[in-house]
Amino acid sequence: MSKKVVVLGEAREGALRNVSFEAIAAAKKVAGGGEIVGLLFGDAVQSLGEEMIKYGADRVITVEHPHLKHYTSDGFGQAFMAVYEQEKPEAIVFGHTALGKDLSPKIASKLDSGLVSDVTAIEGEGDDAVYIRPIYSGKAFEKVKNKEGLLFISVRPNNIAPLEKDDSRSGDVSSVSVDITNLRSVISEVVRKSTEGVDLSEAKVVVAGGRGVKSAEGFAPLEELANLLGGAVGASRGACDADYCDYSLQIGQTGKVVTPDLYIAAGISGAIQHMAGMSNSKVIVAINKDPEANIFKVADYGIVGDLFEVIPMMIEEIKKIKTN
Amino acid sequence: MNIYALVKRTFDTEERIAVSNGKIVEDGAEFIINPYDEYAIEEAIQVRDEHGGEVTVITIGDEEAEKQLRTALAMGADKAVLINTEDDLDEMDEFTAAKIIAEYLKDKNADLILAGNVAIDGGSGQVGPRVAELLAINYVTTITNLEIDGTSVKIIRDVEGDSETIETSLPLLVTAQQGLNEPRYPSLPGIMKAKKKPLEELELDDLDLDEDDVEAKTETIEVYLPPQKAAGRVLEGDLSDQVKELVDLLNKEAKVL
Ligand SMILES: Cc1cc2nc3c(=O)[nH]c(=O)nc-3n(C[C@H](O)[C@H](O)[C@H](O)COP(=O)(O)OP(=O)(O)OC[C@H]3O[C@@H](n4cnc5c(N)ncnc54)[C@H](O)[C@@H]3O)c2cc1C
Ligand SMILES: Cc1cc2nc3c(=O)[nH]c(=O)nc-3n(C[C@H](O)[C@H](O)[C@H](O)COP(=O)(O)OP(=O)(O)OC[C@H]3O[C@@H](n4cnc5c(N)ncnc54)[C@H](O)[C@@H]3O)c2cc1C
Repeated sequence: MSKKVVVLGEAREGALRNVSFEAIAAAKKVAGGGEIVGLLFGDAVQSLGEEMIKYGADRVITVEHPHLKHYTSDGFGQAFMAVYEQEKPEAIVFGHTALGKDLSPKIASKLDSGLVSDVTAIEGEGDDAVYIRPIYSGKAFEKVKNKEGLLFISVRPNNIAPLEKDDSRSGDVSSVSVDITNLRSVISEVVRKSTEGVDLSEAKVVVAGGRGVKSAEGFAPLEELANLLGGAVGASRGACDADYCDYSLQIGQTGKVVTPDLYIAAGISGAIQHMAGMSNSKVIVAINKDPEANIFKVADYGIVGDLFEVIPMMIEEIKKIKTN
Repeated sequence: MNIYALVKRTFDTEERIAVSNGKIVEDGAEFIINPYDEYAIEEAIQVRDEHGGEVTVITIGDEEAEKQLRTALAMGADKAVLINTEDDLDEMDEFTAAKIIAEYLKDKNADLILAGNVAIDGGSGQVGPRVAELLAINYVTTITNLEIDGTSVKIIRDVEGDSETIETSLPLLVTAQQGLNEPRYPSLPGIMKAKKKPLEELELDDLDLDEDDVEAKTETIEVYLPPQKAAGRVLEGDLSDQVKELVDLLNKEAKVL
């Protein structure tokens, strides 16, 4: 049976995050031929609707309200429920981002439904679909099925490939007006620490440093390598706790979960809490002085050596290829 | 203040994990309090010490979970509740867990409920917000700072590395992020006292719940370990040759440059 699916898109600094397109690709599998309706909530999101359609949504519904400028579970919850009542979808797909993690359980609870969180792959289609998600800090996986009724999943960024963008696609972008009231949480301040440039959780290449980087200045060669590869810099908790870099760079269970094509870990020992955030990366390179370091257990390629020698040499070698 | 902390007994994921007959092998494994719940317990104790009241820790599990509850009591919690589902439920999911906890809490007039932001084994992060929604109270997730003044609450929460300051009020459910505090270790006198602190054991019946009321909405059909990666290649030879080889491999074999 085909399903009508709603997908919550997520904007950051005026642009849609990649995970929104990945969620549409996931919705396509879930839908089994059914309609895909994109949702956008914010204070000015109308213009982003078309982008969701080009990536596979059939139509888009926006809810705009000054109270939706910043995410709150009450504000977004009210917007979602209003659209839900209007559309009565059979399935819901969110991104497993800070927003998705915060909002999805509330909605699932309101709708008395199950929720499969942090999905990294989908096997099969429509009613037969099975959802794969990491458990035990990424050391194992489980396959989960929805028993009956509404299907609700959230997808981990960078795991399900988005559909090819199709500029010829068109569809309806309509708006629904919702009275957003009684917000129980008021956001009085937001401190943005995330660095400019490539979004760490969506980067194709991540160069991460640990306590072995030894100082804030020590991150300079890592930044140079990341820039060269069009990637982002990340870090272990160890490096953040030692004040070598900001916590917004932290990768792991407490920090960001990343799944880049290439993950370079320099001066990181490979604690389980760190690995929980990166072990799904496609190719992992470890650079560590200690041949016994745990990180070598998950690495595809390893160099036992001093990162301050290895990284500059890598930069030189890569420059050579890039100019050829 | 009437304070509750939700505590899950979890598999210590630092341990080696094996799967047999489609289940994680638990025999001989080390079990701990979910690390994020330790932050929740610590914060609960600190709030009580500052504002007065009582801290109750709650867990759903079997007999074995008594050990983790005693540890929480030894840290300083006042009372513990074990909701033992061993005889009633073969399977459960996040809906089940939240429904049972909310059913227990619904007439308790909790001012503050603290949970972990995620359990390191199940990893869904659903239970906290679900419980809040079932109780129709507000929640704030992944918090790193909590200040309470009367019924006003000021919170700093971590949002993918950015930080948000939130003003809200009690009653409230929060979920703890690393950085909230430094959980204390139980002291020896604490451990002695914990043995005499009340630990109530309940079953679904005591909460007027049937198995059907809490039947899981989702079903795990398989648990498996990731395919064994071919052993990583630790390069050898002169360092500059290693780097050349690495870049060549990344370019030609892995095709990621
Ligand atoms: C509840 C909880 C949650 C946590 N969440 C996270 C998380 O999200 N992310 C996270 O990362 N950690 C997390 N941790 C912390 C984690 O347990 C580790 O302490 C941390 O990851 C260690 O960081 P590190 O590898 O940089 O430091 P270390 O373990 O000190 O390793 C430093 C490494 O650098 C190597 N080294 C030193 N000098 C050089 C050099 N010149 N060249 C090459 N190598 C060198 C050393 O051999 C060593 O292996 C968490 C812990 C807890 C309890
Ligand atoms: C007796 C038992 C049997 C189970 N059987 C199955 C099964 O057959 N199939 C299956 O898939 N899963 C089973 N589980 C796992 C169960 O589905 C999950 O543990 C539960 O849904 C919570 O989800 P989570 O681990 O993702 O927690 P999260 O939502 O990530 O946890 C967040 C926070 O919620 C609180 N919390 C979570 N769980 C509990 C709890 N049990 N008690 C108190 N507080 C809690 C904690 O504060 C925790 O930090 C079983 C668990 C138990 C205890």
